[in-house]
Amino acid sequence: MNTLKPLTILFFLALSPCALTAQTTVKGLIKDNRNNSIAGASIAIKDSYDGGTSDSAGRYSFKTYEKGQQLLVVSIIGYKTVEMQVKLEGTVVTLDVTLRQEITELSAVVLSAGTFEASDRKRAVAVLDPIDIVTTASGNGDITGALKTLPGAQQVGETEGLFVRGGTAAETKTFIDGSLVNNFFFTSVPNIAQFGRFSPFIFKGTVFTTGGYSALYGQALSSALILESIDLPERSSANLGLSVLGGSLGYQHLAKNNRSSGGASYSYTNLAPAFAVIKQKQDYSVAPNYHNADANFRIKTSKTGMLKYYGYFSSNKLAFTVGSIDSLGYLDKFALRNTNHFHNLSWKENLPKKWKLMLGFSYTNNQDNIESGMQDAGKRDVQLTGLEAKNFGFDLGGNYVNGKGVLEKKWKGLNALRFGGEYNYNKDRSVYTAYNGQDYPGSFMETVSSLFAETDLYATNDLALKGGLRAEHSRYLGKYNLAPRFSLAYKLAKGSQASIAYGIFYQNPERRYLPASGDLSFMRATHYILQYQKVLNNQSLRAEAFYKKYDNLVKTGMTGFTEAAVSSAGFGDAKGVEFFWRDRRSIRNFDYWVSYSFLDTKRDFLNFPYAITPNFAAKHTASVVAKKFVQKLKTNFNFSYNYSSGRPYYNIRYDGSGYTFTDRGQIPDYHNVSFALNYLPKIGKQNAKSFAVYVLQVSNIFNIRQIYGYQYSLSGHRKETIVPTSRMFVYLGAFISFGVDRTEEVINNSL
Amino acid sequence: MKKIILLALAALLLQPVFSQSEKYTGAMKKYLAETDSAMAKADMARLTDISAAFERIGDAEKNQWLPYYYAAYTQIMFAFIKNVPAENDAIADKTDQLIAKADALEKNNSELSLLKAMNLSLRMLVNPMQRWMQYGQQVQQHSQDAMTQDPSNPRPYWFSGVSLKNTPEQFGGGCANAKPLLDKALELYAAFKPASELHPSWGRQVCEKEAEGCK
Repeated sequence: MNTLKPLTILFFLALSPCALTAQTTVKGLIKDNRNNSIAGASIAIKDSYDGGTSDSAGRYSFKTYEKGQQLLVVSIIGYKTVEMQVKLEGTVVTLDVTLRQEITELSAVVLSAGTFEASDRKRAVAVLDPIDIVTTASGNGDITGALKTLPGAQQVGETEGLFVRGGTAAETKTFIDGSLVNNFFFTSVPNIAQFGRFSPFIFKGTVFTTGGYSALYGQALSSALILESIDLPERSSANLGLSVLGGSLGYQHLAKNNRSSGGASYSYTNLAPAFAVIKQKQDYSVAPNYHNADANFRIKTSKTGMLKYYGYFSSNKLAFTVGSIDSLGYLDKFALRNTNHFHNLSWKENLPKKWKLMLGFSYTNNQDNIESGMQDAGKRDVQLTGLEAKNFGFDLGGNYVNGKGVLEKKWKGLNALRFGGEYNYNKDRSVYTAYNGQDYPGSFMETVSSLFAETDLYATNDLALKGGLRAEHSRYLGKYNLAPRFSLAYKLAKGSQASIAYGIFYQNPERRYLPASGDLSFMRATHYILQYQKVLNNQSLRAEAFYKKYDNLVKTGMTGFTEAAVSSAGFGDAKGVEFFWRDRRSIRNFDYWVSYSFLDTKRDFLNFPYAITPNFAAKHTASVVAKKFVQKLKTNFNFSYNYSSGRPYYNIRYDGSGYTFTDRGQIPDYHNVSFALNYLPKIGKQNAKSFAVYVLQVSNIFNIRQIYGYQYSLSGHRKETIVPTSRMFVYLGAFISFGVDRTEEVINNSL
Repeated sequence: MKKIILLALAALLLQPVFSQSEKYTGAMKKYLAETDSAMAKADMARLTDISAAFERIGDAEKNQWLPYYYAAYTQIMFAFIKNVPAENDAIADKTDQLIAKADALEKNNSELSLLKAMNLSLRMLVNPMQRWMQYGQQVQQHSQDAMTQDPSNPRPYWFSGVSLKNTPEQFGGGCANAKPLLDKALELYAAFKPASELHPSWGRQVCEKEAEGCK
């Protein structure tokens, strides 16, 4: 026994030499710099197995055989890892550790004043998902349609575009991958709102700003709509679409190495069959028909670099007559032919030392041929005395180039500095052909060169600041401007934050009022925005108050047949409050949002006799959007209701010395209830070679009479309502994608 | 006595080499056993501890992929058991790091491909309607990889089968579709021999239970 004991000890020692010294207990508390305890942090002795994890109270305790000077590593996701020296000598070591939060997109406050984002980025500001753009019932599959259900945007139905916070549609500019887009919508037609040219499916991210936007963008007094195109597709596929309005064909090829893709598609749309069923106010001799084609390639130029090209080609025309307001028994004729091509090339690349380069280039060529005139009841062209000016032709051809380069440097998490330049070139030629055959050629050239810089500074996860400066030079105006921008966001509690934004925004007078007879300046808007936002557990609440001041708006007068700018003496302001609430949690599989805007605005611009509330501004605007997916039926039901209080209307006439009102009033309130359903029969089907979506969309399901405004005869004696071209519209379509994938199977695997 | 002392001395001299691998195996076995019991009891705090312990072992060993594999595996199981999809992204971020470390040491491993698939399906569960386009394809791809990289591995079949079983029938899920995969997994489980006692061998009982529920 006596001999055995030392032996066992020896053996024991041999197998665990560390046991020669006693174990050391290491314990303590892990907390953050606000003294909150952190649970689940890992505490480890570097290069050993020993360590522990902090419990729900932030406490940890473990024993170790290691001794002497050791490195203690404390880490948990979301916090900066801390390494500290610790001396292990067999006695209890108590070590409290304070961790600092890492400033990440996920945890940091977001500079969200005036910004709505639809993307899959994990940011609080992303209140919409990309798919919301296409599944909003009143959106009609148009990018701006869904955005009109957000606070800040008006329900203007008679013309296309986004009217934001008392601004005109021209005060909203659209950017694709950083580059300005001209002719974002199809060419305007009197009293008929046109669609956007681009399919919402080519974009993965949408940022809609209702004010206070970044210094990287300019030439928009009210709003910037910033679209980001998709990257490489998930797979190669062929697509086929058929609807009551036409058909489409497309193919996307993804290279085997997943590093590049290319594709093209063609679509033909003709509204004749739809108009045969759904009676239109206009009598079409050429129903709107569109040949659209697009092509793209996307190439990964390195691990982080991406080169993208998107090209778009369109040829479209329409012609109709409508009972003339000016002469009973006669018809007003309008015909439009448009061709447009648009090319957008962008390149993004990460450079060493957290630098990033972004280059964008776009080119647009747009040709419009408009023919206006009068016809008698037998549809023969006529010229009526006193109404000769209604017979004219207008051809406009324009070339637009936009180039932009941005360099970005990031440091310590999200801190960033961005700077760069932008160059805009516009040149167009036009010919106005008067009733007597006389041609009046015109041309216009303008370049705007800009330099900009902005910085994002994150003091902590709770406080962020963005400061920017933009300088522009207009060749036409012969003037410079300098626009400071500033915003700040502060996190109040988990999920809630307050933001403020201030900025000056300049925009050139609209091309349609140029050339001017007087000296003009940049139009200017100054924005002040105050925002509160709370996003928690699939519920988002936003409240925003704003004040916007307009200076140097364009005032117009009549020169010959046309209304042209005479001075920059216009002014105005807009103020309001807006609310947005989205809830995806309370009811299972049910998602809805509600938005409300109050707007108080007056302006004196164009031919307004004095400052008035413009006819595109409603005091109250509200929307309710609801979505429900019913698994049993494999169908997504979408519903939306849009409301706007009556907008004012005016008949402003030139009386020889100045402009006066000959009539004014208020149109009735606007209501629109739309419904859409998407049926996905193949969802989840195993080994399906194709994936199909069937869409039924009905706008204004209750056939409510909607009035957009009034138009007046040239004499001013007659007045007619401006209404939608048809009260209700029904759309039915099928979209089938043939791919070599079994994606649906997979999703559903994990549903 | 002399002999014994010599023996002890020999043991002492041999000890560094011998005990390192012994220490590794011992620690791994200990935590593997604890993983099973923590999962059975759904002891979330303990699972976090165990995952951290595996990670420490991986960091200390430097050239073993299994500790990182199990650190990731326990994170994933933690997320599936806890079942709070909103937290999945944060967990998946962590798990991605662990899988990447294991991947660097052991290329094209079927078990790691399966973890990638499972981790991506965690991300998809955050918002399936939105994310299936992006992640569904990738989950499928990694599951497929796992099956081809080791055709004798039952776990990718188990995962595909279980996922399918939990999918509503209208979406092509349900027992009828899941059963063939679960049966295939069971067949493979019966023949499966892990490369060592530390290599992954989990899933058989759960699979049997799932298959049982599909009769």
